[in-house]
Amino acid sequence: MNAPAVPLKAKDFASDQEVRWCPGCGDYAILKGVQKTLADIGTAPENVVFISGIGCSSRFPYYMSTYGFHTIHGRAPAFATGVKLANPELDVWLVTGDGDGLSIGGNHLLHALRRNVNMQIMLFNNEIYGLTKGQYSPTSKQGTRSPSTPMGSLDRPLSPVLFALGANASFVARAVDTQQKHMPGVLKRAHTHQGASFVEIYTNCIVYNDGVFSSFAEKGTAAEGELLLEHGDPMIFGKERDKGIRMKPGALELEVVQLGVDGITEDDLLRHDETSRVLAGLLGAMQNPDFPVAVGVLYCEAAEAYETAVYQQVDAARAANGKADINALLRSGSTWTVGD
Amino acid sequence: MVTSTATQLEPTGTPRDEVESVVVRFAGDSGDGMQLTGSQFTLATALAGNDLATFPDFPAEIRAPIGTTFGVSAFQINFGARKIATAGDAPDVLVAMNPAALKVNLGDVKKGGTVIIDTGTFTARNLKKAGFEADPLEDDSLDGFQVMKVDISKLTTEAVKEHGVSNKDGLRSKNMWTLGLIYWLYDRDREPTVNWLRVKFGKMPNIAEANVAALNAGHIFGETAELPGGLRGLSVRAAEISPGLYRAVTGAEALAWGLAAGARLADLRMVLASYPITPASSLLHILAGLKQFDIVTFQAEDEIAAVGAAIGASFAGSLGITSSSGPGVALKGEAIGLAISTELPLIIVNSQRAGPSTGLPTKTEQSDLFQSVYGRNADAPLVVLASSSPSNCFEIGIEAVRLATKYMTPVILLSDGYMSNASEPWLIPDFDSIEPFPVNFAKTEDAGEEGFMPFSRDEATLARPWAKPGTPGLEHRIGGIEKEDGSGNISYDADNHQKMTDLRAGKINGIANDIPLQGVELGNESGQLAVVGWGSTYGPISRAVGNMREDGYDVSHVHLHHIWPMPLNTGDLLAGFDQVLVPEMNNGQLVKVLRAEYLTPAQAMNKVNGQPFKIAEIEAAIKGCLDGQSGEAK
Repeated sequence: MNAPAVPLKAKDFASDQEVRWCPGCGDYAILKGVQKTLADIGTAPENVVFISGIGCSSRFPYYMSTYGFHTIHGRAPAFATGVKLANPELDVWLVTGDGDGLSIGGNHLLHALRRNVNMQIMLFNNEIYGLTKGQYSPTSKQGTRSPSTPMGSLDRPLSPVLFALGANASFVARAVDTQQKHMPGVLKRAHTHQGASFVEIYTNCIVYNDGVFSSFAEKGTAAEGELLLEHGDPMIFGKERDKGIRMKPGALELEVVQLGVDGITEDDLLRHDETSRVLAGLLGAMQNPDFPVAVGVLYCEAAEAYETAVYQQVDAARAANGKADINALLRSGSTWTVGD
Repeated sequence: MVTSTATQLEPTGTPRDEVESVVVRFAGDSGDGMQLTGSQFTLATALAGNDLATFPDFPAEIRAPIGTTFGVSAFQINFGARKIATAGDAPDVLVAMNPAALKVNLGDVKKGGTVIIDTGTFTARNLKKAGFEADPLEDDSLDGFQVMKVDISKLTTEAVKEHGVSNKDGLRSKNMWTLGLIYWLYDRDREPTVNWLRVKFGKMPNIAEANVAALNAGHIFGETAELPGGLRGLSVRAAEISPGLYRAVTGAEALAWGLAAGARLADLRMVLASYPITPASSLLHILAGLKQFDIVTFQAEDEIAAVGAAIGASFAGSLGITSSSGPGVALKGEAIGLAISTELPLIIVNSQRAGPSTGLPTKTEQSDLFQSVYGRNADAPLVVLASSSPSNCFEIGIEAVRLATKYMTPVILLSDGYMSNASEPWLIPDFDSIEPFPVNFAKTEDAGEEGFMPFSRDEATLARPWAKPGTPGLEHRIGGIEKEDGSGNISYDADNHQKMTDLRAGKINGIANDIPLQGVELGNESGQLAVVGWGSTYGPISRAVGNMREDGYDVSHVHLHHIWPMPLNTGDLLAGFDQVLVPEMNNGQLVKVLRAEYLTPAQAMNKVNGQPFKIAEIEAAIKGCLDGQSGEAK
């Protein structure tokens, strides 16, 4: 893939279109983080394709100066798969939300992940339907009051990262809209990974679900409410860096421990191993207030990208069959001649 | 490549009576190998120089319970010394491998026709399974037919004995014994089938030889046994057909090759994304075997993903194709609307089947014309083409690619279950003689001062430019929200929406200038009656109109391949006839489109019983229209 002749800046990845999200929407921050990521990667805009479904988050491609396709509700992973099948060289970024990707489009997300199509899938999770004016979503907490659930929602929510792990995703990560220092690092890791890289981004909907992540996603709460994962590092969190995560003795469960209490030291803590799917599942399930919310790369496994394998078969068929001649194809098998 | 030369075989043994054309139906349990038997007989018949048409008719269940009527599988072939237009109305010969096959098919056999029965399967248990209260071999059920009762099961077992196969495997050669007998009956060459068996069972030589022995035993039986009812060998002369190199081709094969040829002519990679559905899956299977032609096939997770991936591939600069049947196309509707709105090339193949809903998956119908022309939300015009015969699928496949890429539009290509599976001889075209139509993608220098305008238009075609992602300077965003004329930017402007709606409609309507004028297949360009067909009704309409013209009726056959837009002269052509009759395997769809578009008083003729029209049915309808008219005697 070509790098741009002159290094580009984040703003070079912004289109000339006026951004039309609500003032204060978390999507602005993500847009900025993505533009910075692309500039940092040093990719050429003509090789980048943003593909989205329907919803607030799915307006994203219009605001990028790259190629973009705003498709139909829930189906973006299918369109993106088609783009990669047509041209594996393109750098495909998929933008979806909790409604688009996990409700109407749950099936397509599942299959794009298990096939391991090489693209970055950013799921903006705001736990609400924004564009249709505030109905509850598949990630809304039980009891969420919304126009369609005035007495509280009844459905049990799902966890996007546990869904991705269950779909056999080869890369699963989390980021937070406002954490601009952290997000580009996660996105760069997602970009480097060969295969479907799933990144759940907690996104605050200021109009319909303001503050739903306030227990861990804000400046004052992040230190206590969040666990930043780094491969190989002990799992420490807290304002004073005095708390940690360890395996609960005698159980397949995690527990929060206080460093220095009952003789617990850093050596007793779990070290993050992003190659462990089991650990990723345990970390992905951690919720406030009993646990910190894990962000960063939960899971990363080397696996062959789907479209790479597809073209290996195309190449093998070419090698086995020689020149692909239409006239020979039409004359293959049994033929007969009718004389004059 | 196996190449043979068609020759008139010297009759062997007793002299043979000559017949002009024959319809044979092989019927048995779905495990009896009737489709294989039929396809081998088809090849032998083509090699004997006859023209032919076939119709496989098999159950929806993969392996229905043995011996039941719903597990009966049949293969019909019509062959002759003249041009053969259909698989034939009523069989002259029925081969019934078990009681259920007899039960299901006897009613179709021509009066006085021949029925060959494997008596070895007529056990009390099988008779009960087939729903016979009394043994039809013993009562008067078969009166009026020439009946040949043979214990094929027993004779097959004896014939294969020396090859050391199990009793069960041996019995599986029954179909070859039967084929051998029919080969004798019509003086067909066994050699190609022998060769085919030895290749097919190359890894199991004893099975191959057992089958060859069964084939030969059936043939010898015909030569030597005194056959009941004075049944004698027959001969069917070679037909007068255009000279050249021929092959047998099914609609599914011709369509796959036509699309591959079209992609090559357009100089594009093909991405076929499909979800398995009867009777459309064969297109996916065939193209999956042609990867060396720069064809990528993708079995998607569902119908919507399939069309989505195809559109994504087109956005990225390949030829996106999706293939399904009516229920699947219904699911694709929203995405097709997106392809219309974003003006991307896309081909949607619909192998129609009987519906609504799941309907009769293995039975044919042509009831998705409304769905194709009108079946989307909003004003969503696209191109609709329909192939008329198995071999015509090749040309229509190429035409679909030409129109989709030249006009940046989705094209729905209508085939049907009958056409996909039916086969006919095909004078193989020379691909090199077909004019290529390579796509001109937008180039970096096409971006002007204001940048690239993805919704600017070619003045002649009204098509927008196709810019491949990866091309510097042409970065653009498209989507389903209404686009501003020219720039393609999101636009909620009311007047712009009117303009874009008009442009989309005008572009599709303008394609009428780029397709051939509607001709007359048979008969005069004006007169008393036009029989107007589309799709796989071509065969029976053509033969019926031909027969009636020989009888002095003033009737013409008009067949539409371009369903939307229709050729420019369609209205004028129809206005030249006193009456217009539209036979369709649906409840009246094209007839309504013709009435709506041209105010023509077209009459409907409809049939939806899962079977193609019989020639006689259309002849009767023609008589109904014309007898008594203009003082003509009934």
